[in-house]
Amino acid sequence: MSALAVVVAMALSALLIATTGGSPLDSLNAIIQGSVGSPAAWTTTLLNATPLLVVAAGACISSRSGIFNIGQEGQVLIGAMAATAVSLRLALVGPALLVLGMFAAAVAGGVWASLSAVMHRLRGVNIVVSTLLMTFVAQQLISYAVNTPWLLQATRIGSTAPPPESNQIPVGAQLGSIGHYPQLQLNLGLFLALVLTVVVAVAMARTRWGFELKMMGLNPLTAQHAGVRVSRLGAVALGLSGAFAGIAGAVLIASPVGNFRLQPGVSSNFGWDGLLVALVARNRPIVAVPFAVLFGILRSGGNFVAATGVPSFLVDVVKGLLVLAFVAPPALADMLQRRAATAKAARSASTRSADLEGVAA
Amino acid sequence: MSVAGDVSTILASGVRLTGPLAFAACGEYIAERAGTMNISVEAMMLGGAFASVATASATGSATIGLVVGAAVGFAVAVLHGTLAHRAEINTFVVGLVLNSLVLGLTSYLIAVSRFDSHQVSLVSIPLLRDIPMVGRALFVERWPVYLLLVLVPLTWWLVERSRWGLELRAVGENPRAADVTGIRVNVRRRQALMWCGLLGGFGGAYLAVGEVGSFNQNMTAGRGYIVIAAVIFGAWRLGRTMLGCVLFGLADAMRLALPALGVTLNGQFLIAVPYVLALLAMLVFATQYREPKALGQPFERGSS
Repeated sequence: MSALAVVVAMALSALLIATTGGSPLDSLNAIIQGSVGSPAAWTTTLLNATPLLVVAAGACISSRSGIFNIGQEGQVLIGAMAATAVSLRLALVGPALLVLGMFAAAVAGGVWASLSAVMHRLRGVNIVVSTLLMTFVAQQLISYAVNTPWLLQATRIGSTAPPPESNQIPVGAQLGSIGHYPQLQLNLGLFLALVLTVVVAVAMARTRWGFELKMMGLNPLTAQHAGVRVSRLGAVALGLSGAFAGIAGAVLIASPVGNFRLQPGVSSNFGWDGLLVALVARNRPIVAVPFAVLFGILRSGGNFVAATGVPSFLVDVVKGLLVLAFVAPPALADMLQRRAATAKAARSASTRSADLEGVAA
Repeated sequence: MSVAGDVSTILASGVRLTGPLAFAACGEYIAERAGTMNISVEAMMLGGAFASVATASATGSATIGLVVGAAVGFAVAVLHGTLAHRAEINTFVVGLVLNSLVLGLTSYLIAVSRFDSHQVSLVSIPLLRDIPMVGRALFVERWPVYLLLVLVPLTWWLVERSRWGLELRAVGENPRAADVTGIRVNVRRRQALMWCGLLGGFGGAYLAVGEVGSFNQNMTAGRGYIVIAAVIFGAWRLGRTMLGCVLFGLADAMRLALPALGVTLNGQFLIAVPYVLALLAMLVFATQYREPKALGQPFERGSS
């Protein structure tokens, strides 16, 4: 059923292109060429997939515990800001700067998400709502930081006002890569993302902590009775998902995707999309890997679609339809099953009452 | 420019920026009272804005554009209701996907289309428009704004005084009890969501063919989220929600007016105002907060 839904999603996308005067085949070709058609294209695809995977791994943790964090976009930005600040302000060299930047980003993203946990704990504020609203606050905070000279705005050169962005971070704070452009180049961020994903997967599947997390997600009350400290575990899960989003922000800044500098749009929907990756992977970190690559393909391919005369926004439509195609069929199958069960129960109830009437007669 | 002139300009622009928020907030208010935390209001507004401009361009009538804009918002609501209630996909997931899908679709379509500019007509009320400072701001407006004078009391009456509204609130507060008394919980919630779709679509359409006269990529730019903030800031009461809309509209107007006034305050603070105020409102008034108790929780008969 999922395969059918994907076919339908692709057919709808093709229809959209055809009715607006483009060629679906040319567009498909452009996406493929631009994302997996050459080693250079693969390089871009994997660079885009990396932050998505980190965000998704974190989202798996919180969603597994039943706590729904939708503020990753903001947490990515806060992480990116922390990493930039550390990279530009601290007089360290080489790997120390990189590691410290990553660490600062994790802490900042985690703290930002934990604010929602604190608001929930103290005043019962809905976590979904607060993480959502905090995203927009974060966006303005970053915008303020890169528009303010004494914060992170680029240094003035000559008399022209500097653009609303930070200086480029030093080479030592950037993530290096294996291989040489334009041949296949694997950024170190990708390895970091994969390691984090495996760690999350193992922790969730093989540890007591992971079991408690799952138990809490299935039924917090039962978990509480079984001795799980639910509110603490939930806060930890939320903080961890924020920390992962923060690391994704640091990876963005330290890799070519983010141009090595803080800009207001640097998160570029990586937070929202990473959350969607976790959703279609149904909160299984390992399954998120292929989906992150798929989303990466759409991102890198999108730049090439424009050359065929079709707006690059096409990939956003395809992305939306694909997510629906992956999420809707299992839910619809469940719905049909529920309906069948209800009908069956109703049938057996009516035969039972018919039997009783027979006895009475 | 004189101080009175400045105030008048900011007021006028504030009223214009409040309009789209107020329409959509009436809808979001109804949806949330029924227990649906509807974040796809952004998709409803954006879809309505695009559809209104496309229709106005095709038919030459901005009024038909408004109607079709509301219809597109309605369609988004039907889709949301089907996925969230019938297929029982998490309502926030549905909202996120719809927001991203509608943003992609409208961005795509506006890039391949050319539309003529159409705007609904201005209505200027004699005598009242001559009141100093506020006259021009309040009484020389595009006609749909005056619909709010009917819509807001109507919404209040519907929710607080009609039987439908009573059932609606019951569904938002205690769906299980409502179900036992024979109210069809998810049907009521879908109806509320459809109202929200109509009004959200209309709000977006009003922004496009009312205030601006054209559509640009990501035109609503998060106004749907400001509407959500307004309902939260208003503590799920209609009057305070409208106050929130006016406040947020004025904050936006201030931001736009700052450069002309020669004030060097950072606009970022004013953009963040709605979200910060909504968060503060939830924190400060938490103890007497009248949030619908089942807000955002799906209802499935037979589950506990």
